[in-house]
Amino acid sequence: MKHAATKPSPPSAPPSAHSAHVNLLRLIGLGIGILLLFGCLIASLLLGAADLDPRTIWQALFAFDGSTEHLIITTVRLPRSLIALTVGAALAVAGAITQGLTRNPLAAPDIVGINAGAALAVVGATFLFGSASSHTYVWFAFLGGTLAAIAVYVLGSIGRSGLTPLKLILAGAALTYLLSSLTTGMLILSQRTLDEIRFWLAGSVAGRDFATFTSVLPYMGIGLLVALILSRQITMLTLGDDVAKGLGLRTAWVKATATVVVILLAGSSVALAGPIGFVGLVVPHLVRFFAGVDYRWLLPYAAIAGGTLLLLADIGARIIIKPQELPVGIMTAIVGAPFFIYLAKQKVKR
Amino acid sequence: MTKSWLVIRSQKSLFSIRLDRRVPWVMLTLAIAIAVVMILSIGYGEYPISPLDVVKTLLGIDTGTADHAFVIYVLRLPRAITALLVGTGLAVSGAILQGLTRNPLAAPEIIGVNAGASLVAVAMIVLLPSFPLVALPVAAFTGALVAALLIYLLAWDNGSAPIRLILVGVGVDALAGAFTSLMITFGNIYDVSQALVWLTGSVYGRNWEHIQALLPWLLVFLPLSFLLSRDLNTLALGDDIAKGLGSKVEWQRGWLLLTSVALAGATVATAGTIGFVGLMAPHLSRQLVGASHEGLLPVAALVGGLIVVLADLLGRSLFAPIELPCGVITAAVGAPYFLYLLYSNRNA
Repeated sequence: MKHAATKPSPPSAPPSAHSAHVNLLRLIGLGIGILLLFGCLIASLLLGAADLDPRTIWQALFAFDGSTEHLIITTVRLPRSLIALTVGAALAVAGAITQGLTRNPLAAPDIVGINAGAALAVVGATFLFGSASSHTYVWFAFLGGTLAAIAVYVLGSIGRSGLTPLKLILAGAALTYLLSSLTTGMLILSQRTLDEIRFWLAGSVAGRDFATFTSVLPYMGIGLLVALILSRQITMLTLGDDVAKGLGLRTAWVKATATVVVILLAGSSVALAGPIGFVGLVVPHLVRFFAGVDYRWLLPYAAIAGGTLLLLADIGARIIIKPQELPVGIMTAIVGAPFFIYLAKQKVKR
Repeated sequence: MTKSWLVIRSQKSLFSIRLDRRVPWVMLTLAIAIAVVMILSIGYGEYPISPLDVVKTLLGIDTGTADHAFVIYVLRLPRAITALLVGTGLAVSGAILQGLTRNPLAAPEIIGVNAGASLVAVAMIVLLPSFPLVALPVAAFTGALVAALLIYLLAWDNGSAPIRLILVGVGVDALAGAFTSLMITFGNIYDVSQALVWLTGSVYGRNWEHIQALLPWLLVFLPLSFLLSRDLNTLALGDDIAKGLGSKVEWQRGWLLLTSVALAGATVATAGTIGFVGLMAPHLSRQLVGASHEGLLPVAALVGGLIVVLADLLGRSLFAPIELPCGVITAAVGAPYFLYLLYSNRNA
C-alpha cells in the first residue's frame, strides 16, 4: 500500500535545514486551517432558518439578554456547531488511525462497520430500556462499536493472505448490512423507538443540547489526546509490522491502544450525532496531500479538516432546502461515496 | 467423482439439454416443500385457517365458511404468490451475476443494482404519487440498469476485474442509498411511510395488481435466462477459452447482464430490497445439483422462491402480532452466510 507522499520524512529523522523548512510550512498550514475552522464556526452560527448578524452573536455570548435571537444562538446554534466540529474532528482522526492500522486506504470506522455496531447498540438500548440519558447511550455505543470492530477484524483477517483490503471492505459491508437490518427490525417492532430515533439514524447534529454534548465530550477528549500521543508509534506501524518491530515498537500494545482510541472516537460520535458516513474516509486522504504521511502532522490536520468539513456539510444541510433541513449524514454520503469509488479505482490495481 | 448426466434430445428439432441427474428429484422435492410452506403461510394469520381448509378452498371445494374464500383469494394468496415470484427472480438474477463475474460473492444487493432500482422506485413513489403501479417495474428496471452500467463503466480499467467491480459496487450502493434517504427526508409523510414499508423488503399487502405488473417480466426473462444458461457455462471457463470455443463473449455477456438486471429491477419494484436471496439461493443450489447452469438456474429459482416464502412466514409468526418485513429475516440469515462465504473463500 503506497500513500501519495510528497515528502516522506521518517519520524525519527534528525532535524535538517530542509525538514525544518517543511515543518515551518506545515505549521503555517495548520494556522490557516485553524482560521478556516473558526470562520466556518462563525458562519455556522450566522446561517440557518433565521439569518443573524455577527453583532448579535457577540452579544448573545457575552451580554445575554434572553431575546429570541440570543436564545436561538445559545440553545440551538452553538451546541449544534460545536457538536458538528468535534464529531467531524473525531471521525476524521478515527478514520486516519484506521487507515494506518489496517494499512488500507479504503478503511474508515463507518466502512468497516464500527458505526453500524454502535448505532445498533444505541437503538437496542432505547428499545429495551426506553429513552436513556446520553451518559448511558455512549457506553452502549462503545460496546457495540467494540464488538463490531472485533468481528470485522476476525472475519477480515482469516485465511492465508491475512487482512487484505478487499476482505476487510467486504466483511465490513456485510456486517453493516446485517447490523442495519437488525436495527430496522427493532425499529419496526417499536414505533416509539422509531419516532425517537429516526432523524438521528440518518446522521444529524441537530436538536442536541449542551448537556448531551458535555456528557460525551470527555470521551472524545481522551480519545483525541491519546491519538496525538500515539501518533509517532502509529507512523511506525504504517511502515509495516516487521519494520516497526525492528525499530523497537511493541506493535501489539500500540495496535490495541489505537483500536481503543478508534472505538472511543467513533462510538462517542455515533452517540452524539448518529452514524455519519465518509468523513473518516475522505478527510485523511485530503490532508495527506498537505501533511504527508507522518501522523504527528496528519492527525492535527485531520482533526481540523474534519471539523471544518462537517461544519460546512451541516451549513449546507441547513440552507439547501431552507426552511427545511437535511440530515447531515446524507450530505457527507453524497460527497463521500464518489470519493470512495475513485479511491477503489485508483488504489486497487490487480 | 463420476458424473451421470441426464440427456434430453429431440431427433427432429435442434433441441438438446444435458442436466445433472439429481435435477428432477431436487426440483420435485423443492416444489413439494414450496407447496407445503405456502399452504401453511396462507393458513397462518390473525384469522387462522386449517391447512385442509386452505387446500379445499384452493381446489374450489366449499368449506362451509364464506370468509375462507375472501381471506384466501383476496388477502393471503396474492401475498404468498408474490413472495414466490420475487424469490424466483432474485435468485436467478443472482445466479447469472455470479456466473458472469465468476465471483461467488457477487449479488445484486451487494454491488448496488438493487439500490439503483430502489432509488428510482422511491423517487417515483415520493415525487410522482400518481405514478401507475404497472409502470413501477419499468422505472425500477431503468434504475437497476443505470446502476449496473455505472458500476461496469467505473470499474473498467483495461478489463473489468472482479475486485474493482465489487468495491465500486459498494460505493455506488452507498451513493444510491444516500439519495434514497434524501427522497425520504424530502417527501410528503404519507408517501414516505409507504415508501419505507416498501423499502425494507416486504410482501405486505401485495395484491393481484402487483402480480400482474411483475409476471410479464418473469415470463419473458426467466425463459430467456434458461436459454442463455449454456452460454454461462462457457463464460465460466474464462474469456479466452470461451472465445476459443467460438462464443461471442461480449454479446453473451451483454444479454446475460440485461436479463439479470431486468429480473432484479422488476422484483425490487414489486417487493423492495429483499436482501441476500440472490446471494444465498445460487450457492445452496450449487451444493444440491452442481455448477452446470442448465440445471442450476431452475433449481436456484425454486430455492429462492422457497426462501422468500419461508422468510415471509417467519416474519409474520416470530413476533406476532407485529410483523417483520421478510427483508429483515433474509438479511439476518443472509449476512452471516455471506460472511461464511467470505471465510470459505479466504485463500482465493
